[in-house]
Amino acid sequence: MLRNFTCSTQRPRFSTIMLPSLSSVRAKPTESYSPLRGLRPPFWLWRISSATRRHCRHFHSSASRWIGEYEHQDPKSEDEVVNVIYIDKKGNRIPVRGKVGDNVLFLAHRYGIEMEGACEGSLACTTCHVYVGGGFFDKLKPAVDEEEDLLDMAPFLKENSRLGCQIILTKELEGIELTLPSITRNFYVDGHVPTPH
Amino acid sequence: MRLQPARPLSLLRRFYSSEISRGNPLRVAIVGSGPAGFYSAQYLIKNLHDAQVDMFEKYPVPFGLVRFGVAPDHPEVKNVIHSFTTTAKLENFRFLGGVCVGTTITVPELLARYHAVILAYGAGKDKFLGIPGESGANVMSAREIVGWYNGLPEDAALNPDLSSPTAVIIGQGNVAVDVARILLTPPDLLAKTDITQHALAALRKSRIRNVYLVGRRGPAQVAFTVREFRELTKLTNVNTVFSHSDLDTIRTGLGNFPRHRKRLMELALSSGERPIKADSKNCHLKFMLSPRKIVKADGVIHAVNFTVNRMEDPLDPHSAVIPTDDILTVKCGLVLRSIGYEAEPVDKSLPFDKSKHLIPNDQGRVESPAKGLYCSGWIKRGPVGVILTTMNDAYETVDSLLDDLKAGLINVEERKPSREAVVEFLRSRQCDPVTFPEWEAIDAEEMKRGEAVGKPREKLVDVRDMISVAKKVDLDLAHEEAL
Repeated sequence: MLRNFTCSTQRPRFSTIMLPSLSSVRAKPTESYSPLRGLRPPFWLWRISSATRRHCRHFHSSASRWIGEYEHQDPKSEDEVVNVIYIDKKGNRIPVRGKVGDNVLFLAHRYGIEMEGACEGSLACTTCHVYVGGGFFDKLKPAVDEEEDLLDMAPFLKENSRLGCQIILTKELEGIELTLPSITRNFYVDGHVPTPH
Repeated sequence: MRLQPARPLSLLRRFYSSEISRGNPLRVAIVGSGPAGFYSAQYLIKNLHDAQVDMFEKYPVPFGLVRFGVAPDHPEVKNVIHSFTTTAKLENFRFLGGVCVGTTITVPELLARYHAVILAYGAGKDKFLGIPGESGANVMSAREIVGWYNGLPEDAALNPDLSSPTAVIIGQGNVAVDVARILLTPPDLLAKTDITQHALAALRKSRIRNVYLVGRRGPAQVAFTVREFRELTKLTNVNTVFSHSDLDTIRTGLGNFPRHRKRLMELALSSGERPIKADSKNCHLKFMLSPRKIVKADGVIHAVNFTVNRMEDPLDPHSAVIPTDDILTVKCGLVLRSIGYEAEPVDKSLPFDKSKHLIPNDQGRVESPAKGLYCSGWIKRGPVGVILTTMNDAYETVDSLLDDLKAGLINVEERKPSREAVVEFLRSRQCDPVTFPEWEAIDAEEMKRGEAVGKPREKLVDVRDMISVAKKVDLDLAHEEAL
């Protein structure tokens, strides 16, 4: 039926948060998200109000999941480790020690890398657009139609474009390079015409 | 995960701020609380952690088009509210809802109180077709219909008559596709969204079986994107109907389209080739038609007359459209124009480009003698683009602002009235701004009302109700007592 009435993330463990309901607006753990995007500190470095902290405790004790929680856990063993290299908008190479099962969008958030993710990985925007380098593009699961549809709207689309939220780390992806499209002051040098909202 | 003790703030500053702290904080007013406003605020605070941001919003509720524009069956697009909420809860951010910039407080009055003002109030007007019969009942803009089903206070009483079997939507952008989808989706599915109750009730009684999406140009030039069109094709109770000649045009061009156009055309072709189910509703895609007259009898619409166009090269994206002498009549009872939004100057002191309908600017710097005036979002570049475009655009504006700050063009040493004085000033104009915690009271009330009817939220659609809930006063009672 309508795709958008259901959760379209690849990872069912997010389903508690990704329901169509906006109730998650109230889910305080998102407060551990920094608006200081890009320079996002690990969430425990956050200045959070005492009320929020109380809520966080409650939240964690109730074993609920919040987006990015899995990515905030360190690998339990070396077997799990998948090294990722992010290349930010300024061209800096940022090596990150990820693990099997990490979503590269939320992993980027953990390490303060400027990947936005406005829809929080629910396949509804293009703000986590990346270029997949190092010959890893073909090792990824092919994009579903919905991802391709969104990529069609992304500025600076290339052959190796993907949405970061759809890349889940596996051992095969050891050493994957993910480049963020650089923001220039003149967006549409490539002749892309923005489409009506 | 175990919560670790918060580190001293200095550590945060050292690592996560690219700016050194200065004595006098930069005070910025942002006009509008949609994505352009919030992304500007977010990026500004990220780069200048001690900046003080006051966000002015016309309605008592924040988030602009995320609340009032995004279709109710697109809840995941609204996830961006989470990150906006995080920004809104920062100490140096203040939401001032229910303040109409231009009437309650003017732009020059803002400039007197802030070091910089970022205009991010979007494009709130509609374009008109300029044809006979356009005014009157049941001819409205898609924007108004969107406002009606999304709870925009001024459109709550729109009350479109959905009793005729056919609706015509003029325009083929994503807004047109959104509206067509809402008109054709089974109401039981919409009942699980945050669509307003008045719209849901009307859609339950709707007798619309045919929606025409009509474009001036051909199938190869449609403005909607594949994502929105795919959703329409996935409605199992709806046939997407193309004419044979349009399908032929698509087939001819298929080999030469660029990627995004090719994927859209392949989907159009596969959906157009599906067998038509007799018991389903229909979404007809009609091309190369320009409306010339809305035909009415006794004030009631009964058809639209279109001029049939031809294209010099039907496959060229920029091909000229040539009107012919042929006229096509489509019988219908509802006409929606979806030919784009238009911005307007919110204040007569603002420069405004009347042909492009935006504020003339250089990378977000408003071309005006007034110093410290910036713009972001649709008012800056026109009503096009997805949220990423608006985000990048907000970053560009804030980069300009920060450059000007470094260059000494914004004088932060200049003393400005205190944050409290701004509120006092608004109160002196009989406006008690709604704060973010007060919005959260509205938010909680809306979710409570939603829960009662099995929806994620039941939006308050009356500004008075919003203020009653926010301020915890019964306005009607207060009014009676005053009498």
